[in-house]
Amino acid sequence: MQKGILIDGVGMTYAGLGRQHVALSGIDLRVEPGEFISIIGPSGCGKTTLMNIVAGFLEPTQGKVIIDDREIHGPGPDRGVVFQQYAVFPWMTVRENVEFGLTLRANAKSAAERKQIADHFINLVGLKDFAGSLPKELSGGMKQRVAIARAYAVNPEVLLMDEPFGALDAQTRQFMQESLLTILEQEKKTVIFITHGVEEATFLSTRVVIMATGPGRIREVMPIPLPYPRHAAIKTSAEFTRVRAEIETIVREEFLKQRTGIVAESAQGIGVGQ
Amino acid sequence: MAGTAIQAKVQAQPSEKKWRGKLERVGYFIASFAILLGVWEGARALRLVNPQIFPSVGAVLKCSVGMIRDGSLQYHMYASFLRVLCGFSLGIVMAIVCGFLIGWFRVVRMLMDPAINFFRALPPIALIPLMIILFGIGEASKIIVLTYASFFPALVVIYQALVGLDPLFVRAAKTLGATNFEIFRKIVLPQLLPAIITAARVSLGVCWATLVAAELIAAQRGIGAMMVDAQNFFQMPPLVLGILLIGIISLMMDGIVRAIERRVTAWQDKLS
Repeated sequence: MQKGILIDGVGMTYAGLGRQHVALSGIDLRVEPGEFISIIGPSGCGKTTLMNIVAGFLEPTQGKVIIDDREIHGPGPDRGVVFQQYAVFPWMTVRENVEFGLTLRANAKSAAERKQIADHFINLVGLKDFAGSLPKELSGGMKQRVAIARAYAVNPEVLLMDEPFGALDAQTRQFMQESLLTILEQEKKTVIFITHGVEEATFLSTRVVIMATGPGRIREVMPIPLPYPRHAAIKTSAEFTRVRAEIETIVREEFLKQRTGIVAESAQGIGVGQ
Repeated sequence: MAGTAIQAKVQAQPSEKKWRGKLERVGYFIASFAILLGVWEGARALRLVNPQIFPSVGAVLKCSVGMIRDGSLQYHMYASFLRVLCGFSLGIVMAIVCGFLIGWFRVVRMLMDPAINFFRALPPIALIPLMIILFGIGEASKIIVLTYASFFPALVVIYQALVGLDPLFVRAAKTLGATNFEIFRKIVLPQLLPAIITAARVSLGVCWATLVAAELIAAQRGIGAMMVDAQNFFQMPPLVLGILLIGIISLMMDGIVRAIERRVTAWQDKLS
């Protein structure tokens, strides 16, 4: 049995009226257990589509995704998802949110076990004093902590995070990145993390996957040769700066390529108009 | 320790403010009705209405005490309440069930939408003559009209809320392993509860208005029937009492529903 995630020749083609849109093409990626993979690239490169395929919200039109030897179809508790929008259930308290997955038939636990598991993960994300609070009383960062604890509670193999800190301010974001690494140190998971931030990707990941557009594909997979545990101080080290700059260059190149593509297209549009 | 002390202080202030606000609201509530009674008595004193015909506040009070003593007021109110309760409950339950079918299945929605808009535009009172011919002047025709009256407004509120639900929470529940039934019961229903309460509020108002109209047309019992009797025998105090009762009961029912609403929707982020 092969542990981890295997993304095998995944492609996604949307059939439109008369023409087809290829969102993803020939994605091959092996993610080893315990790895932290960030996916970065210009908007429109299909990184969210790829995430939705791995999460099971979308069926790929080509290829397959295999997790621990099982081909996946549809979402399931083996893959926890943390969304960019606050997906914490607003009508439940923090504790009820974290316990929610354990009340479902798929991973049913007794009330005593539920409480114990919830306590553990609420503590892990540092929300002990807010267990009885409603989400409307929490800040954005705290809501994402609840989402992380809720995902952890059902003990998934994989954690999929779709720009989870994208809506947070810079300070909170930095703090959440460090918290996430601390949480992962205590409870190891395989993570796929989508982001726009090169610094964030470099800081968190074992490898960074840089995607290109038209059609969405993998341009480069960049290993980050920095040891864990990592702390904020590492961001000023020479090695970090070097790797970060390297990734930045490729991301920028892809961004510019996409932009000139758009400019060329709209220029053509004007030409036709005349 | 210091933290909790500060927290307690912060919480004490709004609770005092809240208490004062409540007192203020009660004060205005009483004042509002005092003005109404003042206008009533003033209109009689200034002969804006004929004081021989239009009864005084005292006469209406005396009449209500007398009717409570001989039990006729309770008798009429009981009949009206029972009708509203039956019609309203039937209507709202049907609206919840149909609202889900319409909100959940696109085909049902497309098929039903024009018909719903047709019936929604049709005032329930317009059905009363037809219902009397079909079902007689007994309870059946009234309850059918009331069911109809509460069904459509509730239906529209519920299915529009269902269509407007954010799919994000459903997706989140799916990633945790929820089945369709679990999603319905634990994700969709709690989010719809505020809309269901709103629907109940709207329906109750329509229901009560329709009831009196139905009783005015044909009934031996009920507040509307009581008013028709009073009109036939030219008894002004019970007639005015009937009008007041309808207003007071509507106000009370709305207050109860609103109290439930506040409890059920405490989790929502209010704009105010």
